[in-house]
Amino acid sequence: MPEETPVLAAEDVTKHFDTGRQTVRALENVTLRLYRGRIAALVGESGSGKTTLARLLAQFYPVTSGEIRLRGEVVSGPDKDFYGEVQLVFQDPFASLNSLRKVEHNVRRALKLHGHPADDAAVHELLAKVNLTPAADFARKLPHELSGGQRQRVAIARALAVRPSVLLGDEPISMLDVSIRLDVLNLLARLREEEGLALLYITHDIASARYLSDDIYVMYAGQMVEGGPAESVIQEPKHPYTQLLLDSSPDPERAGGSSAFTATAKLGEPPSLVDPPPGCRFHPRCPFAKEQCKTSFPPRTEFADGSWTNCWLHNES
Amino acid sequence: MILDVKGLNVDYITAKGAVRAVNDVSFQLRRGEILGVAGESGCGKSTLIMALIRLLRPPAAITGGQVWLHPREGEPVDIASRTDRELRRLRWRSMAVVLQSAMDALNPVARLSAQFADVLRAHGYKNTEERTAELLEMVGISPDRARSYPHEMSGGMRQRAMIALALACDPELVVMDEPTTAVDVVMQRQILAQILELRERLGFSVVFVTHDLSLLVELADRIAIMYGGRIVELGEAAEIYRAPKHPYTKGLRDSFPPLHAPVTRLNGIPGTPPDLRNLPTGCAFEPRCPRRFADCTERRPELLAVGDALAACHLHDRERTARA
Ligand SMILES: Nc1ncnc2c1ncn2[C@@H]1O[C@H](COP(=O)(O)OP(=O)(O)OP(=O)(O)O)[C@@H](O)[C@H]1O
Ligand SMILES: Nc1ncnc2c1ncn2[C@@H]1O[C@H](COP(=O)(O)OP(=O)(O)OP(=O)(O)O)[C@@H](O)[C@H]1O
Ligand code: SF4
Ligand code: SF4
Ligand SMILES: [Mg+2]
Ligand SMILES: [Mg+2]
Repeated sequence: MPEETPVLAAEDVTKHFDTGRQTVRALENVTLRLYRGRIAALVGESGSGKTTLARLLAQFYPVTSGEIRLRGEVVSGPDKDFYGEVQLVFQDPFASLNSLRKVEHNVRRALKLHGHPADDAAVHELLAKVNLTPAADFARKLPHELSGGQRQRVAIARALAVRPSVLLGDEPISMLDVSIRLDVLNLLARLREEEGLALLYITHDIASARYLSDDIYVMYAGQMVEGGPAESVIQEPKHPYTQLLLDSSPDPERAGGSSAFTATAKLGEPPSLVDPPPGCRFHPRCPFAKEQCKTSFPPRTEFADGSWTNCWLHNES
Repeated sequence: MILDVKGLNVDYITAKGAVRAVNDVSFQLRRGEILGVAGESGCGKSTLIMALIRLLRPPAAITGGQVWLHPREGEPVDIASRTDRELRRLRWRSMAVVLQSAMDALNPVARLSAQFADVLRAHGYKNTEERTAELLEMVGISPDRARSYPHEMSGGMRQRAMIALALACDPELVVMDEPTTAVDVVMQRQILAQILELRERLGFSVVFVTHDLSLLVELADRIAIMYGGRIVELGEAAEIYRAPKHPYTKGLRDSFPPLHAPVTRLNGIPGTPPDLRNLPTGCAFEPRCPRRFADCTERRPELLAVGDALAACHLHDRERTARA
């Protein structure tokens, strides 16, 4: 990952949710940095804290400890300027659009809100940018008259209206049909190149993370366990959980091979975040767990290929 | 052979007229085989498998064709034409279903043990407790969880409990509608590994519906690809992946980025799935097909043999005439 100052970064952030009776330890000392013209993917199983991290980055709620930094400056709360720089795209394109108003209204409103020219030409330019052409036709449609992929592109166009430097995508394609997912991924890739956006791509699907991103971060039960250039993480995973994730992901190339579905080892369930396992939270499921793993979280080990992991297997001490 | 489906039609009969969601579908399922069914949202996958076991709800109705079940014992039965009463005898014992959301199928206010006992007792099992423990163990759930309520279990555990329940009376045919779509990939693989292992052991046949073709390639013996209510390709799983015969199958395959193979730019499939109320006269895929030509708008391609597979595409007409 580059030396320059990240556009947006979570530095050593922790987030605990107090629900009255109990505390959910959703994130522990997590660091993630987003750079201009780069896409970082964040993968991990359900409940691992991906959305929580995106919401912290977007200043939906405050951190319990740690810092969110925009261009190196600590952000102390959301304001209009912050949302002029950082935009979030959600999983469900329907939920994020005003379904009673035409596409053009949805896009124009975002332009106006941030003081940009909001004439037809500006609206059409944005729609063209997300491949909704002829833009004039799409502008006059209602959200329900669009396909899921088209709606998600309107949501992206609306986020772009703000002219942000960071786009946070929380599973932006998981509700779309497989045949149109690539369309949205290719659009995000183009925005990285043409607009120099810094992008966060949250997903369950590690193959799509590899397809789209420059860097991949892997989270497990609120702990960041591995990260690095996408190809190193995929081809040479260092953390046992990353390995498990890769082994579990569908891979047609493997079909007919011996490994396919034979690993019936009892892998157990993801841990509770109210009373998480001490030390490395993966230890109850980890085939390599040692005594040390049960008491203390491993320090970060860095590798020559630019990747790193937090795992006692890679720590000599 | 366990299932012989012939010219099956299913319509949704609504105020605006009938919509044919399953159109002239025919296939045979072998004993112990896993047949995968894949295709985009709305292509008729769920409608098809609910029709196979006659669990369709109005306004859906079977309006044509036959579904011959060949049970281990007794004469073949046309599921499409029997009364619900006659079918009751076959439910659980011969055919069972696993749905996407266990919450839709399990009773939220009853303990697992009670739900298993109900099904088992109704089918003449005496020692229901022992059988329940055995079934739960089979899917990797500790038998002491039998006293849990569904909401006390994780999503993955509930799905496995559903599978155990479906297998309670040792059925010959299990249809599964996206049984792992709502769970994580790690849990998904555990569940699929268990299905495969149990299939080996117990010998049941499976029709497995999912939108995830990449998963089916690993899981299924054969795969049927549906488009606009019809099967447009049917063949061995490996063959569907390696050498798809229908341009739609190829588009679907190329919609999944590879996990390890070199990454190339992929484009998915342009356009959107067809409106079943308003299908093109020729090939339903024509408006989106990169290989369309004049014939494609004129005649609808039939599902015919191409090598060892079946495909409905005019591209293969020429080889056929050449061979004839
Ligand atoms: N507002 C909240 N109050 C209490 N607990 C919360 C809150 N938001 C999230 N959590 C908990 O924090 C953990 C992390 O949730 P989060 O939504 O970030 O996971 P995720 O990785 O995005 O999962 P998914 O893949 O299912 O979207 C979960 O255990 C969740 O139940
Ligand atoms: N109650 C209904 N009334 C009218 N049409 C319906 C009804 N339910 C489903 N349909 C239509 O039947 C077609 C097939 O639906 P089905 O649910 O079988 O698709 P599917 O392939 O399972 O899709 P998905 O992947 O989204 O689950 C759809 O195009 C849908 O519009
Ligand atoms: S730190 Fe220990 S328990 Fe955690 S992943 Fe590494 S070896 Fe396994
Ligand atoms: S029949 Fe024609 S339009 Fe249809 S899939 Fe084949 S080539 Fe394409
Ligand atoms: Mg989430
Ligand atoms: Mg369905």
